[in-house]
Amino acid sequence: MTTAAPAARTPTRDVEKDASMQKQKAMMAAHYDRLTSAPETGAKVCSTFVPGNLNELIGCFDLLNNLPEVNAIQSGLRRVSGQYVMEAEKIGHSEDVCTYVKSDIGMMAKGNIAPNGQKFPNPDVLLLSYTGCFTFMKWFELLREQFKCETIMLHTPYMGDGRFTPNMIEYMVKQLRDEVIPKLERVSGVKFDIDRLRERLKKSAQAEDDLVHVLQTARNTPSPIDAYFGGIYYIGPIFGAFRGTDDAIDYYRFLRNEIDERLAQGRGPVTPEGDMGRERYRLVVEGPPNYTHFRQFWKMFYDEGAVVVASSYTKVGGVYDFGFRHDASRPLETLAEYCLGVYTNRSLPMRIDMLTNYVEDYRADGLLINSIKSCNSFSAGQLLMMREVEKRTGKPAAFIESDLVDPRYFSAANIKNRLESYFQMVEQRRASARTAA
Amino acid sequence: MGAPLNMSSTAVIINRATQIFEDLSFSAAREWKAAQPGRKVVGYLPIYVPREIIHAAGMLPLGIVGGGDRLEVVHGDAYYQSYICRIPRSTVELGLSGRLDFVDGMLFPSICDVIRNLSGMWKLMFPHVYSRYFDVPQNYADEIGGNYYVNELAELRDDLARLRGAPVTDDELRHAIALYNENRQLVRELYGYRAEQPWQVPAAEVHLLMRAGLVLPVEQHSAMLRDYLAAARLVQRPRRDNCRIVLTGTFCEQPPLNLIKSLELAGCYVVDDDLLLVTRWLTSDVPVEGDPLRNLATAFLHHSESTAAKFEPDQREKGQHLVRAVRRTGAEGVIFACPSFCDPALLDRPILQHVLADAGIPCIAFKYAENSGQMQPIREQAGTFADSIKLWSGR
Repeated sequence: MTTAAPAARTPTRDVEKDASMQKQKAMMAAHYDRLTSAPETGAKVCSTFVPGNLNELIGCFDLLNNLPEVNAIQSGLRRVSGQYVMEAEKIGHSEDVCTYVKSDIGMMAKGNIAPNGQKFPNPDVLLLSYTGCFTFMKWFELLREQFKCETIMLHTPYMGDGRFTPNMIEYMVKQLRDEVIPKLERVSGVKFDIDRLRERLKKSAQAEDDLVHVLQTARNTPSPIDAYFGGIYYIGPIFGAFRGTDDAIDYYRFLRNEIDERLAQGRGPVTPEGDMGRERYRLVVEGPPNYTHFRQFWKMFYDEGAVVVASSYTKVGGVYDFGFRHDASRPLETLAEYCLGVYTNRSLPMRIDMLTNYVEDYRADGLLINSIKSCNSFSAGQLLMMREVEKRTGKPAAFIESDLVDPRYFSAANIKNRLESYFQMVEQRRASARTAA
Repeated sequence: MGAPLNMSSTAVIINRATQIFEDLSFSAAREWKAAQPGRKVVGYLPIYVPREIIHAAGMLPLGIVGGGDRLEVVHGDAYYQSYICRIPRSTVELGLSGRLDFVDGMLFPSICDVIRNLSGMWKLMFPHVYSRYFDVPQNYADEIGGNYYVNELAELRDDLARLRGAPVTDDELRHAIALYNENRQLVRELYGYRAEQPWQVPAAEVHLLMRAGLVLPVEQHSAMLRDYLAAARLVQRPRRDNCRIVLTGTFCEQPPLNLIKSLELAGCYVVDDDLLLVTRWLTSDVPVEGDPLRNLATAFLHHSESTAAKFEPDQREKGQHLVRAVRRTGAEGVIFACPSFCDPALLDRPILQHVLADAGIPCIAFKYAENSGQMQPIREQAGTFADSIKLWSGR
């Protein structure tokens, strides 16, 4: 599962991008440069995951955050993940399991080259923030076997009953206080300073406000953003290495202004081919995208005038649009609540409630699920989710299938056919509604 | 005169266990419930739940491990994509077809994302049935994971107390702990006996006996194990020239019984396995005196099986449980049998294979589904493995 942002060395020729996208791309590229130059600069590297990403805490120890999921996404976008996945399968990894993992393992087997063409440094510590995806645990056991470095587990209990309890918070705070922080101190050689953490948390909340503002502009018609394909650019910095930094504050204020301007001008979202034409369909999308054919996939939507007004995938690194903000007055508790609240750590009924809310609140024509072959965290239960959201909203839902970064599971013709059928279904519903009126 | 009689006794016991195994309506559990007004049944999925708490609440813990190869899945497939394992779809089938209509509660343990998400599906599909995702700590410090787990156990105890309409007392818990300690001792004795003389205790029979333990009240299951052990020791069965293997990866979706039989027919005595781990998850007795929930928590943290669903904090320990199982049982190899699309088993497998390679232990791997029907490829693979062990081990 999980998320991140297209950036770095994605082919850009003939691709139109807003200024914010260029800014994001430069931020991500700079981060990769910081990572790959770590052996020269002496910076220490902490590998961790996007959901449950404790960037504020990692930053308190002057550690650089490296996210294997984002690296797999970059490999997908650069069309090299296919060979990495096959390399991992060749050395014994099952064809059935997460392709992020196999892309990562295959990339290491092939020299561990970052998107900037330089070699990734070995991590100094693996921060196993185990939130909402079982695979994370196995993934870092695999990396630990390879790198033989300190591995810190932070276990986030699952919100099976649709809420978190004081017991869960206490458990997580104790883990942070008694195990995570002392181990990060030991690895980094930097003493923990809670005021430094508070400062970073304040910065996080500021950027989160602006991100939410941007995502909620999609309530307008036409929507000035695409909250799935475009949204993936927008979440990149905050879900990655920038939450809790001035860079993130600058980026999200810049983005907010840009989108507000687009809104004021009555413009729709930007696409790789410029502004989208007339908005014909408003969709809520559940599930991650396919990255090996990202632009082709996106084109199937904007060619039809379909804009995604809300998506669950842009919540895997944190759900902010229902009020949660990092709270500097409760530094460890707020980190616990953040981890507990990420999308895939929410029970299935909670996920259904969210999607139903999105369909209604964003006045969508329906729900589309992109089910990912190798991501059980997202995919198991999606067929029931589809029926429930359809039943509750009265809006049509549809189901397509692909994979994260394994190109073998992207069938363009199949997906296009299903999308076209879905749009016809939406039209029929509209016609029926007009007749009834 | 005694031998044929006892042989008949093992056959009778296994016949009873087979009836329970094949009965997808769970008649034994239904009969237990119907025998006394107010009785309740709580189902649970793999890999582990503290059955002691269910028993202490006066309820019957009912292990549900899918539908096997005898259940036609009609509705369940409509809930899952083709790339998701079979156990959740056959479990949904059991629910939708009314086979679980007598079950008052369901527990979905922390094992993988599929079973986790099934817990939420159950809440929506069967809203009048108590259901709970049963989380366990991945932190094994008493003051951290231990305290968290004690509180989770207390929540479960309180939920079940509400379900039965009366508190669950510490004495009831202690009594249940004692009963399950006895049961685990018998299971360990059976596994130990099989490790010593696997020809005496065929793997398929062990599996059937363990499956019966998912349905019968613990007192009855312990009696069954005692009877079987006594009967089995009185009869000498033919000894084959088989190699000895440890079977692993089978901790959730169960392989068809024919698969287990096929391994032994192909020349591999199963001397240890990770089938139905709930029956021996706790590796030593839980103290009966003291705080029962704390005792259960301590046992979980420090005396429980290693498996893919648990984080191993110490890299040096990773996979060593398998090496120890091989050494303890005198096994000559390991067979990785993993359900298709099983994240925990399949993601763990490469690491475990490296550990075995470092220890000089040969292994093979294949996948199955609970409804796999074609055993010939598995027999050929296991047979070749057995031959290679005999050939290269100098036996």
